[in-house]
Amino acid sequence: MNDGVINIVTAGLGGQGVLKASDIVADVAFRSGLDVKQSELHGMSQRGGSVSSDVRFGREVFSPMVPSGVADYLVVIAPDQIEVNRHQLRPGGMLIAPDAVDPAKLTNKKSFNVALLGVLSRHLDFPEAVWLEAIRAAFPDKLRAANVQAFALGRKAV
Amino acid sequence: MLLDMSDSKRVLLSGDEAVALAALHAGVALGTGYPGTPSTEILESFSEIGGRAQWAPNEKVALEVALGVAFAGARAMATMKHVGLNVAADPLFTAAYTGVTGALIVVSADDPGMASSQNEQDNRHYAVAAGVPMLEPSDSQEAYDFALRAVEISERWRIPVLLRLTTRVCHSRTVVHPRPANPPPRTPFFERDIRGRVMIPAYARLAGRRLRQKLSEIQAWNETCPLNRVVAGNGSLGIITSGIAYMHVREAAPEASVLKLGMTYPLPVEKIRAFAAGVNRCLVIEEGDPYLADAIRAAGIKVESQPEMYRFGELSVARVRRILAGDTSPEPSPIPGKPPQLCPGCSHRNVFEALHKLDCIVAGDIGCYTLGVLPPFEAMDSCVCMGASIGVGLGLRHVLPPEQARRVVSVIGDSTFVHSGITGLVEMVYNPPPTGHVILILDNSTTAMTGHQEHPGTGRTLEHEPTGKVSFEELGRSLGLENVFVSDPSADPGKFERLLQDCLANNQLNLIIARRPCLLIAGKIKEYERAANQTCTAALGEPE
Ligand SMILES: Cc1ncc(C[n+]2csc(CCOP(=O)(O)OP(=O)(O)O)c2C)c(N)n1
Ligand code: SF4
Repeated sequence: MNDGVINIVTAGLGGQGVLKASDIVADVAFRSGLDVKQSELHGMSQRGGSVSSDVRFGREVFSPMVPSGVADYLVVIAPDQIEVNRHQLRPGGMLIAPDAVDPAKLTNKKSFNVALLGVLSRHLDFPEAVWLEAIRAAFPDKLRAANVQAFALGRKAV
Repeated sequence: MLLDMSDSKRVLLSGDEAVALAALHAGVALGTGYPGTPSTEILESFSEIGGRAQWAPNEKVALEVALGVAFAGARAMATMKHVGLNVAADPLFTAAYTGVTGALIVVSADDPGMASSQNEQDNRHYAVAAGVPMLEPSDSQEAYDFALRAVEISERWRIPVLLRLTTRVCHSRTVVHPRPANPPPRTPFFERDIRGRVMIPAYARLAGRRLRQKLSEIQAWNETCPLNRVVAGNGSLGIITSGIAYMHVREAAPEASVLKLGMTYPLPVEKIRAFAAGVNRCLVIEEGDPYLADAIRAAGIKVESQPEMYRFGELSVARVRRILAGDTSPEPSPIPGKPPQLCPGCSHRNVFEALHKLDCIVAGDIGCYTLGVLPPFEAMDSCVCMGASIGVGLGLRHVLPPEQARRVVSVIGDSTFVHSGITGLVEMVYNPPPTGHVILILDNSTTAMTGHQEHPGTGRTLEHEPTGKVSFEELGRSLGLENVFVSDPSADPGKFERLLQDCLANNQLNLIIARRPCLLIAGKIKEYERAANQTCTAALGEPE
């Protein structure tokens, strides 16, 4: 086993920002100087199909894919994708489900993915400032404020 | 996300982005290709960071353009998905004979597991069949390093080089440390080399021998080159592997000795022989066909290979563990996720509703619209390769009894039509079936399936700037077709259905262009058009 490697799977449906959320997690680990691998399966443009993305970080990471049953965290954006992905979690791993955040409190509903990252951030050892840097880098000017608000909302929700 | 491309800081890149960055650092003068998952982002990224990138109508043209660039002494890159190399195979095989003056990198992105492809072909066989050196990176750092190496090898031996990627390498983001750029390319200059580049039999016979001579030199070089390396382990188990499989192997078997092959054609046979002799048990683990295992055995080296069941699909850490344990019990089947569907409101939906209602026999093609095969439409009867809808439709029409033949329609997307449907249209005019035929081009003004790329029918370049535009209706008329119709299937679905019905009944040759921009890109297209109009007005010096 690669000891010390943290495994995070993000899942949902096409169009929900699964890959964006996963990009941000990878970027946070990268900015923190760790070895990072992120893997995703995409290809089709159409909206609505299952999408998931793996992020692994630590001192040295080999395979880019989180082996089944090894995920430390599973972040799910669409309720109907929980059961499809639950097997990814290791025993004792943590599910971050969509009911962790109240979407009504979001400035922009599309930032729901980033709100769930706020929840995740409470469990990981990265400074809040690094999360905010990564979020700012991930969005154009006009979407930054809404995503920072979403992140703060999720981070408080725990 | 491409940060600070110019300096040598560490960056987090996908394999595709890493190849693009290497192409930029290597001084590639032109990158050309045709979109196809998982290769598409290479050219998009190359363009974004300042490289000169173009979409070609198909992979064959792309490779030919790249070959011309390399004949002129510059460095060229052609990118495509695995099945694209089938289309480009003709120039590839003879480009190996002619060789190049500059550099020619052919990037083939294979798709083990078929995340979004119609087959699982293993393009490593092409390197052997055509006789071109092949490099197989296992992460983004290697994608970057090997792309630079490929340029060096191509220039040193004046030979095209195949850079073989796979989905997980293309689409995984890993850390890359860029290195100083290659020495600058020479200035393009035409040097005549008739015997070297005009492949009439007399000259080709010599070229074939020259190619084999180059390959044997490259093989000797590969025996000691740093592209292949040994990770020392405890000596009881040795694993020979390449590409992404290497990563799974390191994780699943940290104790094993590993021979990681970076250049997998021509193989460093003596290096492999020495490695196998130094371990008690030697196993080949590879994704896809038993390419390495067969070649190594053919060289008289005794190795074990993985059971046949692991030839299908992607490898993973779990599957490598099973291989190591000799486990051939049935694998747990993955829990099915939600399959993709045509977007709500997509105009392809109206088309397939009509095809379904009229009980058409649909010779289909590849694109978003292939999803018309799924319920509730179930209105597609074949889908083989890009462009096949037209030939297959005509073949069905030629021999089916007339009452069935009259139900046959060839359905093809706009990008696919440009890629390989035009010759099919010519075939229809040249060999018309007795009951006539109906070709339906689904023109949504983009290559939607692969992420909305431009193509010659949109009249915009890869960078979305105005350029020459192929008009499908004019093309049809110029071929002598009288029944050419343009219709928006969403604006008036009933009218579209009646048009289709009339065409099916008329016993003539018909070309219907169902035109409506893809929903997801319609807004962007308006922006591109607005930007183009502004530049136009500015150029004419008219008041705004
Ligand atoms: C030889 C080959 N090259 C590339 C691909 C990948 N590919 C499949 S369909 C397609 C084009 C789809 O565009 P279009 O025909 O316009 O249909 P749309 O998705 O827009 O509905 C591409 C690029 C392929 N399958 N085969
Ligand atoms: S991406 Fe465009 S063409 Fe494809 S299903 Fe959606 S609307 Fe239709």
